[in-house]
Amino acid sequence: MFDIPLQVLLGQITIGLVNGCFYAMLSLGLAIIFGLLNVINFAHGALYMLGAFGGYLLLQVFGVDYWWSLVIAPIGVGLIGAAIERLFLRRLAGVDHLYSLLFTFGLAIFLEGIFRDIYGAAGRPYPVPAALRGVVDIGFMRLPVYRIWIVVASLAMCGGIWLLIEKTKLGSYLRAGTENPRLVQALGINVPVMITMTYALGAALAAFAGVLAAPLYQVQPAMGSNLLIVTFAVVVIGGLGSLSGAILSGLTLGVLEGLSKVIYPEVSSTVVFIAMAAILLIRPAGLMGREA
Amino acid sequence: MTTMPLETHVPALSVHNLHAWYGESHILHGMNLSLGEGEIVALLGRNGSGRTTTLRAIVGLVDRRAGSITVNQREAIGMKPHLVARLGIGYCPEERGIFSSLSCEENLMLPPKQRDGGMSLEQIYELLPNLAERRRAQGTRLSGGEQQMLAIARILRSGARILLLDEISEGLAPVIVDRLFDTVIRLKGLGYTVLLVEQNKYFAQPLADRFLVVERGEVVMQLSRDELDGNAAVDRVLGI
Repeated sequence: MFDIPLQVLLGQITIGLVNGCFYAMLSLGLAIIFGLLNVINFAHGALYMLGAFGGYLLLQVFGVDYWWSLVIAPIGVGLIGAAIERLFLRRLAGVDHLYSLLFTFGLAIFLEGIFRDIYGAAGRPYPVPAALRGVVDIGFMRLPVYRIWIVVASLAMCGGIWLLIEKTKLGSYLRAGTENPRLVQALGINVPVMITMTYALGAALAAFAGVLAAPLYQVQPAMGSNLLIVTFAVVVIGGLGSLSGAILSGLTLGVLEGLSKVIYPEVSSTVVFIAMAAILLIRPAGLMGREA
Repeated sequence: MTTMPLETHVPALSVHNLHAWYGESHILHGMNLSLGEGEIVALLGRNGSGRTTTLRAIVGLVDRRAGSITVNQREAIGMKPHLVARLGIGYCPEERGIFSSLSCEENLMLPPKQRDGGMSLEQIYELLPNLAERRRAQGTRLSGGEQQMLAIARILRSGARILLLDEISEGLAPVIVDRLFDTVIRLKGLGYTVLLVEQNKYFAQPLADRFLVVERGEVVMQLSRDELDGNAAVDRVLGI
């Protein structure tokens, strides 16, 4: 078929899977935030960038290693997310969704601008942690250990969050709140706090992805906005508000992108949007979304 | 469990000059009502008279409200909805509000425990055995009657002693309505204070101790059970 060596094909699928892991983590956060807050969070890419820069600065300024950054940066960005919700998004909750969309869009430009001003637009390298250096021969290709780690860590994180939301009591509050927040509050649950925590969780997840990305891609102010548009396409394909849809379509589209790089490279940067258009025509609610 | 006396002088729930708005629409125009502990009071009236809005205003589900709402002698008019609920009010909405992304049992367990004295899961399943059989089913896959029972059961678990039940007999088969009737009778026996909104006069009549007829957002008549019987003025207001 197309005369492509199997090794190249499998290699690109593997790389696509790694990219798909980032799509999955970011679109999962977007889907959680959209579900409860009804906010289309254009700042999500900036929060991812903050995570990466958080890791970078923790290392450069304080000498904090990768493993601690993986914990500290998401907590820090989560707190920033909580503040964003409390100070700004909450005030926009009662008005048209367009306002919160514009706010987060502006916030993303603002954050990106600050970092570009201070650190410049060029990428800054982040060293791969010592324990994750080297490559493993997996038969059809030699795969860097760090990429294997990304797949393991992001799948574990996505799986953990899926379990938290689908299988725990706290998750049942979130699911019910996504359906009818006012009634949930009338039943005695502190929904305003839940909303803050949810935005913080989405922000922390984006930052976690950012720290994971730092050694793989370079740390730069625009790293989030480059990824964000694809991530929105992923959320739409998975079905707005569907968490498993966001995870699965993130991984699938990463692989699809990888495949298209071998089969027809010219289309690889648009294949996600072609898939989105096709899915919207066939299933307007997305692959795993519920029909309204 | 002891049965509480029907008439006590300290009201469990009392509403004075309550006004409520949805957006610009002024729906309640000075509602007044008062429920003694253990009492069952029914709000009668036509569609759009403001009965449902009265319940929604008490729990804080309107856009704006003014006046006074005291729950166990605590003023609740300025409280956020989750804090009103924690005063011991359980709200069962007209649309039942069963969550489709939650299983039957998750729906049941959703309202947090507000105070001691709530029913245990075992007691609820004993009262409403259907729910035990369907505990793993998706909330909205339950039949209409089961969803109605679930909507009542979940507020019993929370420890709420004041129940606001909105049109619980609406749209259900007679056999289910009978079972709901028996359930409310049992709740009465357990000393719950209940504010019922009912379209169905014949459902409410044997259940309630007192009847308030609501028209244009205020109470226009207060009646005892005997006074309700064959009262032509009431029937005219209700459009029967």
